[in-house]
Amino acid sequence: MKLKLPKITVWRAIFAVVLLSGLYATYLRIMYGLGGATNLSDKFPWGLWIGFDVLCGVGLAAGGFTLVAIVHIFNIERYKPILRPAILTAFLGYSLVVVALLYDLGRPDRIWHPLIMWNPHSVMFEVAWCVTLYSTVLFLEFIPVVFEKFGWHKPLEWIHNISVPLMIAGVLLSTLHQSSLGSLYLIVPEKLYPLWYSPLLPLLFYISAIAVGLSMTIFESWHSSRAFGRALELPLLASMARVLAVLMSAYLWLRFLDMARRDVFGLLLRNRTETWLFALEIGLMVVPTLLLYQRKVRMSPGALYACVVMILFGFIANRLNVAVTGMEAGSGAHYIPKWTEVAVTLSIVGAGFAIFRVIAEYFPIFEAHPHEHAPEMEKTEADSVAVG
Amino acid sequence: MSRAILYDSTLCIGCKACEGGCAERWGLPYDDKIAAEERISAHKLTAVETHGERYSRRLCMHCAEPTCVSVCPVGALQKTSLGPVVYDAEKCMGCRYCLQACPFQVPTYEWNKRLPKMRKCDMCYERQSQGKQTACAEVCPTGATKNGDRDQLLAEARQRIAEKPGQYYGKIYGVKEVGGTSVLFLSAVPFEQIGLRTNVPQEALPDLTWRVLDLTPDIVSTGSILLGGIWWITNRRGEVARKEGRRK
Ligand code: SF4
Ligand code: SF4
Repeated sequence: MKLKLPKITVWRAIFAVVLLSGLYATYLRIMYGLGGATNLSDKFPWGLWIGFDVLCGVGLAAGGFTLVAIVHIFNIERYKPILRPAILTAFLGYSLVVVALLYDLGRPDRIWHPLIMWNPHSVMFEVAWCVTLYSTVLFLEFIPVVFEKFGWHKPLEWIHNISVPLMIAGVLLSTLHQSSLGSLYLIVPEKLYPLWYSPLLPLLFYISAIAVGLSMTIFESWHSSRAFGRALELPLLASMARVLAVLMSAYLWLRFLDMARRDVFGLLLRNRTETWLFALEIGLMVVPTLLLYQRKVRMSPGALYACVVMILFGFIANRLNVAVTGMEAGSGAHYIPKWTEVAVTLSIVGAGFAIFRVIAEYFPIFEAHPHEHAPEMEKTEADSVAVG
Repeated sequence: MSRAILYDSTLCIGCKACEGGCAERWGLPYDDKIAAEERISAHKLTAVETHGERYSRRLCMHCAEPTCVSVCPVGALQKTSLGPVVYDAEKCMGCRYCLQACPFQVPTYEWNKRLPKMRKCDMCYERQSQGKQTACAEVCPTGATKNGDRDQLLAEARQRIAEKPGQYYGKIYGVKEVGGTSVLFLSAVPFEQIGLRTNVPQEALPDLTWRVLDLTPDIVSTGSILLGGIWWITNRRGEVARKEGRRK
């Protein structure tokens, strides 16, 4: 038997370096505690792992519930071909958020405590419950893929029977914790910079999560079409991009109104880091939103992709601004993540991509189920455009 | 009866006896080097700060409606009826939301331990429930730190201001701040000049979250009816269409 060595490409080399540094960072985290592995302090207790891995991670996984709602609850069946990748991303996303939490919690061995020690007044408690329950829901939404692969029809039927309540529960749980991540910051009115602190944080987090869910779906479809040599469902994605543009406009309008009501526009005249990073965040959201109103942009795979990436970066900028930029002045601390924090974060992201690829290769993620071949679907596939 | 601490900055001579008493009560090391650190940390639960020729103590304020208690997901922090806000290290999972949320930046974390705990002053809950004084009040040579019943201490503070209005800034810190605290401060100058946070809200912070969390049951019930309804309608429409299609 001949052993086939994997080809060494630039990406694989980078991935290996990232993973190795992540492993070393993990060793430091275990041996020297949070102090040895992070730049966190008493005045700045939440850093990159909360700001990016958790806040962004959960948000970027919002495609799962968004698409389930679109396809199964609103019954817009033509989006079915991209439902499975979205559910898989969400499931992986939440699993990785839990991994990140294991790094971030001072006592990861007690991650299960909120399940038996209750404090319903705590937003964190609600988030813990919702994330646990929703991960279970995602698991159940994903598992049919495995059953299909091995041809287990009995369990497939069971899951099918509970699928409607399951989906509704999933959408509700997502609604609750996506908004709750914003509520986490309601309690720091004197610390979070007024450009970001708002009583509407939960609502703003929720709407942006849905927008990001749509963006991630487009982003993934684009990538998977390249990676797996499939045709891109361009008309599908273009109409999704239209919804995205409207949603982003609503979001930006709401933020604008909220800032006007709180009378904080004056702050924008100050030459401070906050002002510039705020401008960056808003710019990354406004520009693609405007562009997406053009039919030409929506129908061009490259431009569509660029817009969606901008929105994703705008979203990440927003969450990091809330979690880091906005908290610095109020806490009287300066925070720059340590290399170990970055290494762990990158490793987690890298692992996410790699696992997605492996699963997508071995399980029926991109092919539709045989008896689900709806006529509309064939039509969309026929007029879709290949990306090259 | 709710217990409290009254700290009168005008009486404080900066001898740091309270720091020593506190360290002893917790079994924490204390020497000149630690005494020179003018901030609270996981190995120093109270600190005397120097502000020009004035002194000011830092310790947990033992809020009437504590933010830390409301945010802790596992209920490791509790407000006792006696007044102190106490901590159960066995429950704590180290999420550090209490550090993030406390308006006075009081809780600290054992960053460099492998099995870390959160740490903060507990107003000597055990000593006080046995009828003893807090360690800091017991050792204070000038009476700048006084431990007693909150109402009585408040009355005493008001009396001190009334008797020597020239010596005091006319307000008591801790009456209204975040809805009231069990640690009260008197000062000769406006409070921000002795390092106290004066931008904290005058209402209890937990309400800010509760207003939203309280909507959860409504969101769940309305949401499930709404989603169920939408599903039912759209699905029926699909079924009808399918049936009609077949008949044709
Ligand atoms: S001062 Fe901070 S730690 Fe102390 S009771 Fe209030 S919120 Fe909790
Ligand atoms: S760090 Fe511990 S005490 Fe503080 S909020 Fe988290 S679980 Fe509660």
